[in-house]
Amino acid sequence: MDKVKVAVIGPGNIGSDLMYKILRSRHLEMALMTGIVESEGIKRARNMGIKTSIEGVNAVLAEDDIKIVFDATGARPHLQHAPLLKEAGKIAIDLTPAAVGPYVVPCVNLDKVKAEPNLNMVTCGGQATVPIVYAINRVAGARYAEIVACIASKSAGPGTRQNIDEFTQTTARALEVVGGAKKGKAIIILNPAEPPIMMHNTVYVEVEKPDLTAIRASVEAIVKEIQSYVPGYRLVVPPILDDNKVTVAVEVEGAGDFLPKYSGNLDIITSAAVAVAERLAQMTLLKEGVA
Amino acid sequence: MSDIKSIHIVDTTLRDGSHAVSHQFTAEQIAAIAGGLDAAGVEYIEVSHGDGLAGSSYNYGWAALGDAEMLKAASEAIKKGKLTVLLLPGIGTVEDLKMAADCGAKVVRVATHVTEADIGEQHIGLAKKLGMMAVGFLMMCHMAPPEKVVEQAKLFESYGADYINIADSAGAMLPEDVKARVGAVVEAVKVPVGFHAHNNLTLATANALAAVEAGATFLDGACRGLGAGAGNAQTEALIGVLDKLGYHTGVDFYKIMDVAEDIVEPIMHRPQVVRNAPLMLGYAGVYSSFLLHTYRAAEKFNLDPRDILVELGRRRMVGGQEDMIVDVAYQLAQMRGGN
Repeated sequence: MDKVKVAVIGPGNIGSDLMYKILRSRHLEMALMTGIVESEGIKRARNMGIKTSIEGVNAVLAEDDIKIVFDATGARPHLQHAPLLKEAGKIAIDLTPAAVGPYVVPCVNLDKVKAEPNLNMVTCGGQATVPIVYAINRVAGARYAEIVACIASKSAGPGTRQNIDEFTQTTARALEVVGGAKKGKAIIILNPAEPPIMMHNTVYVEVEKPDLTAIRASVEAIVKEIQSYVPGYRLVVPPILDDNKVTVAVEVEGAGDFLPKYSGNLDIITSAAVAVAERLAQMTLLKEGVA
Repeated sequence: MSDIKSIHIVDTTLRDGSHAVSHQFTAEQIAAIAGGLDAAGVEYIEVSHGDGLAGSSYNYGWAALGDAEMLKAASEAIKKGKLTVLLLPGIGTVEDLKMAADCGAKVVRVATHVTEADIGEQHIGLAKKLGMMAVGFLMMCHMAPPEKVVEQAKLFESYGADYINIADSAGAMLPEDVKARVGAVVEAVKVPVGFHAHNNLTLATANALAAVEAGATFLDGACRGLGAGAGNAQTEALIGVLDKLGYHTGVDFYKIMDVAEDIVEPIMHRPQVVRNAPLMLGYAGVYSSFLLHTYRAAEKFNLDPRDILVELGRRRMVGGQEDMIVDVAYQLAQMRGGN
């Protein structure tokens, strides 16, 4: 068997979308879906022949062969889950705002943080924009990065709505810590238009070296890398230069696995989480192969 | 019904007017205007970047001063009135609100798109905890039917909002539209209701009156109408009109006219008249703050600003999506083989 067993905690929209993506993976085996109550998500997983439990994190801890755990619950539950999973020797991929471990954006810093027991997926806006800032920073130096993420109202769940500040604050920090900008700022807008709009992100960067050719090449290269795990990621406005301000716009169309295609904001974070798990699984399989 | 009816005036020269001067108010100007408004008897004096706390940015334009400096300059000049700030969740955060309270803000207006009140729950909650007056401010109300406006107003009321402000942010409503929405909200909530007009279709004062007829008791205005797009209802004109109708506002008509003419008018970048592009904002239902950004994009991409505005309206862009102006202009230019 050349697959690593994984579990998903939290059978909501994000958890269910993760499940579909894991089922397609060459390196991951969807071994368990857990929640804390009998729910639609649990039923859905069970009907698809996946083992389920309503014992939450305990069901995951009871299974030694589960190596990687996606947490799609909330910040508060994850703070409880994180030490338990670590103690049990399982890697946690955290899709909540808890940020127990370092931020990870697969095409930017996975190599740096791959040995960590807990990895945080930042925010949807962070997954969409940090790579662009990183790509600009590596060739032009980013003094300041500002992003505007616009998502369809239908695609913003109650968690995001009740704590929208968490989005702006976490994303701004990731623009600095992962993207490399000296200072970051994030803005989020919800648009209720029907039919729902695709997730749209504008990135503005104040650069030290306004070399448009180098910036374009670097951005185009990173877009290709993101497309390898988020096929619906598109550059809609390639880098434009005004003095030392670079403007770039990208759109994200979801894969339509469990969530609708306009939920590119959710798709990019579940896709990135699965991309992280696949890398970690390959490393594990390689180690086992050697041993 | 008592014979003397009162209307509370919220002057937003130093907030919505910030758009019209590309957010370049200086501390001296802020102190002079805030002090003048206060001496004239204006009850609520709104001071913020045009897009609210933390609005200073590439996307909305850099302000000459930081939020704290602006608020301190105003706070020191205000003796009786209440320093008011605007906060758009998604742009400003609870941290910005705490800073504003520390700088002397007594009132916060938490503004969301007309369908998204629930993103303002935490900010209204914090304002109440800080002992501030909190206002639920629904933007772009022309985009939603009265039932939807009512549903969202009730959400704000349930979070603890002290009054609900209905905003015609695109200056797109006709007096009947205003009456339908304001009237429905007045019926549905126990707290007072206010109205924020824009003059893009030259209806700002008429719409403010329609709101009063429908039961609104708070009205927004700006001296000389200074504001986004074609500007707001003109405070000094509103005071005169309300006085003729027998409403009490507590604002001295001569003094407010003097503030407008002697302090505000000399610092205006251009007369606040309804030129073609702002007229198109109202006609196409586009957020008034897009105006100056649209002029700049039209120049950069060699386009007619009206074409950009019509396309933004067609795509149903909401407040805060200033970034889409360049996106749309870029695409229009590509389609025409320009640039």
